[in-house]
Amino acid sequence: MSATTTIAKRWVTPFNVFAAVVFAVGLPLVYLRWFHGLGSVTNLSHDVPWGFWIGFDVMAGVALAAGGYVMATAVHLFGMKEYEPVVRPAILTGFLGYVLVIIGVGFDLGRPWNAPHMLLQPGLASILFLVGLHVGLYCTTQFVEISPALFEWLGWKRWRKIAVSITVGATIFGVILSTLHQSALGAMLLITPTKLHPLWYSPFIGLFFFVSSVAAGLAMVTFEGMLSHRYMGHRVGIDHERLDRITLGLAKASAITLGAYFAIKMVGVAHGNTWRYLGTGMGVWFLVEVVGFVLVPCVLFAVAHRERRPRLARFAAFVTVVGIVVNRLNVSVIAFNWQVRPEHGYFPAWSELWISVLLVTTGIIIYRWIVGRMPILDNHPDWGSIH
Amino acid sequence: MSISRRGFLSGLGATALACGSTEAGQHTEHSTFPIPDGRMGLLHDSTYCVGCRACEVACNRVNELPPPDQPIGDLSVFDRERRTTDTALTVVNRYRVDDVDVFRKHQCMHCNEPSCASVCLVRALVKSPEGPVLYDPDVCVGCRYCMMTCPYYALAYEYESPNPRVVRCTMCYPRIVEGQVPGCAEACPMGAITYGRRSDLLHQARERIAEHPGRYVEHVFGEHEFGGTSWLLLAGTSPSRLGLASLENASHTPLPELTKSFLSVVPLVLTLWPGLLLGFYAMTKRREEVSEAEARARVVEALLSADEETKTKLAAAAARSEKDKEKAIAQAVKKALEEQAAKGGAS
Repeated sequence: MSATTTIAKRWVTPFNVFAAVVFAVGLPLVYLRWFHGLGSVTNLSHDVPWGFWIGFDVMAGVALAAGGYVMATAVHLFGMKEYEPVVRPAILTGFLGYVLVIIGVGFDLGRPWNAPHMLLQPGLASILFLVGLHVGLYCTTQFVEISPALFEWLGWKRWRKIAVSITVGATIFGVILSTLHQSALGAMLLITPTKLHPLWYSPFIGLFFFVSSVAAGLAMVTFEGMLSHRYMGHRVGIDHERLDRITLGLAKASAITLGAYFAIKMVGVAHGNTWRYLGTGMGVWFLVEVVGFVLVPCVLFAVAHRERRPRLARFAAFVTVVGIVVNRLNVSVIAFNWQVRPEHGYFPAWSELWISVLLVTTGIIIYRWIVGRMPILDNHPDWGSIH
Repeated sequence: MSISRRGFLSGLGATALACGSTEAGQHTEHSTFPIPDGRMGLLHDSTYCVGCRACEVACNRVNELPPPDQPIGDLSVFDRERRTTDTALTVVNRYRVDDVDVFRKHQCMHCNEPSCASVCLVRALVKSPEGPVLYDPDVCVGCRYCMMTCPYYALAYEYESPNPRVVRCTMCYPRIVEGQVPGCAEACPMGAITYGRRSDLLHQARERIAEHPGRYVEHVFGEHEFGGTSWLLLAGTSPSRLGLASLENASHTPLPELTKSFLSVVPLVLTLWPGLLLGFYAMTKRREEVSEAEARARVVEALLSADEETKTKLAAAAARSEKDKEKAIAQAVKKALEEQAAKGGAS
């Protein structure tokens, strides 16, 4: 009797109840999507073929999963070893992020079973082909990068040794792939000059996506470090003081990245000479994005670093993450089709949003499962650090 | 990685070849899609169109689709602007221009340099030598990037199907390869739709403009827009007033050209990044080695200097102990002599 109550207590947590509701409602929606078409769960239309799933699950998902390559570069290539405790969580988040992106794309594709044709008769002039190929390769690379943790957990010494020995190679390969597909996601819209609002359309859009992905990655690592400490504290191998030092270091990097990003966004407006649009409704929305979600967190990060305020840095990271989501949704959904009349406009269906929540929830559950078992947040007692 | 690099280089090579071949021909503007002579097209002269929608009915018939939702004669159909859908591959819309009704037929324009075909990652969309852009649902993955790029909003999708297809005007490809005229052109009672070789149609359109200068604006829509289209439009007013506002002053540059600068950066990143990043790594490694060597040197130096110090200390200690010894001996001798003297005195 008492044993069952203990088990019940352990399982009935607010998150588990939330997850249960998400799945109970979500799974029938998944059935609808696959057996009754995209129209049964989404508000997509002939005018608006890409909606929330592409804007959030894919565009924002890929950017927010950039922490893996950013931190791996900093630690394995640039030798910033003080950040080593956050590399594995960042790569794991990146890897799971990409797995979710691929699942998200699968939901959005009308005929995903035809995907192998991508390799049989590739459309080499398509930037989407580049994105698809690189996301697939990068997901594999990230698996290799995170595999030492898996092998340590399993106790496979030989495999672990092999996986660790290719760390630098895998990191370099990952950076190349990330540079290309992060920017390619933005460059996909180069071919839509009449459909994307002039304030967002720019020949530099690929660069915008790449630079903002670095900021997104840094912000996610900061944000995730805080969440892990709060909810997975028993597994975390470093103390609060060390995490705060890392957070403040990341804050400095974030301030510099966001500052550069804001500057090139302004260069984009100047280059396109689109100042006159700033006074319109869309212009105000553009300013909300680049000032409220880029310049403001940039300043907050700088203040946080100068005044040694890690909590402020975490708040700035949260604002940055929201800003990246806003930007990716703007480019692919909100500022897209800006000349289409409102009655042909788009707002996501609740079922569309629900399936996205279902995906993210699945990701969190898998993350918790892995982090609870494998040496991700701490070092394995038998192995120590990679360096 | 070698696969992707080779793949992209060969892709770029193919693009370069395409550039070369067209530059050799007479069409210097175009580059991605080679343009054979004798490509077919259709000309819609909106000044003849009365909005009877016979073309819509014929289109649905030859494409084996159910008849249009709103029957012919129901004029309320013109109350709002319609677009093509998965059951209506062509639509006629009415526009009020200076108190005159103008009708314009809309459908896939069959671009000379179709953005939809250039962005297709499985080449499900291709530009045929005859003119129509063709679609193969059996390889299509359904990403709908083609629909995203189409500046004419001409592509539709079967959102209600679990096995959906992209749906659009085929320029009646099955009919024209058999020498027949597309369904809409055949059905038009006003002769507003002419089918023929695109070059002939352009010639004809210019002649009409020259013969009736008041009737037309001097613009054959589709001649140059984004590299030109198979469907051409003649009108008495600017196309921007006929539901094509977003295409006012549309560029003559084919849309696929806009992605080339980005694609050309790809091989640069693939070739430069490994060297650059390995360089960073080597620098980091060297810095670590140098600082390690320096640390080691400092330890050795410290040990050595410690050694010296000990030696001097030892020597000093030895000297001190030597002195102490001598002193002790002297003292002992002195003591013995004194004792002797004392003994002698007593005896």
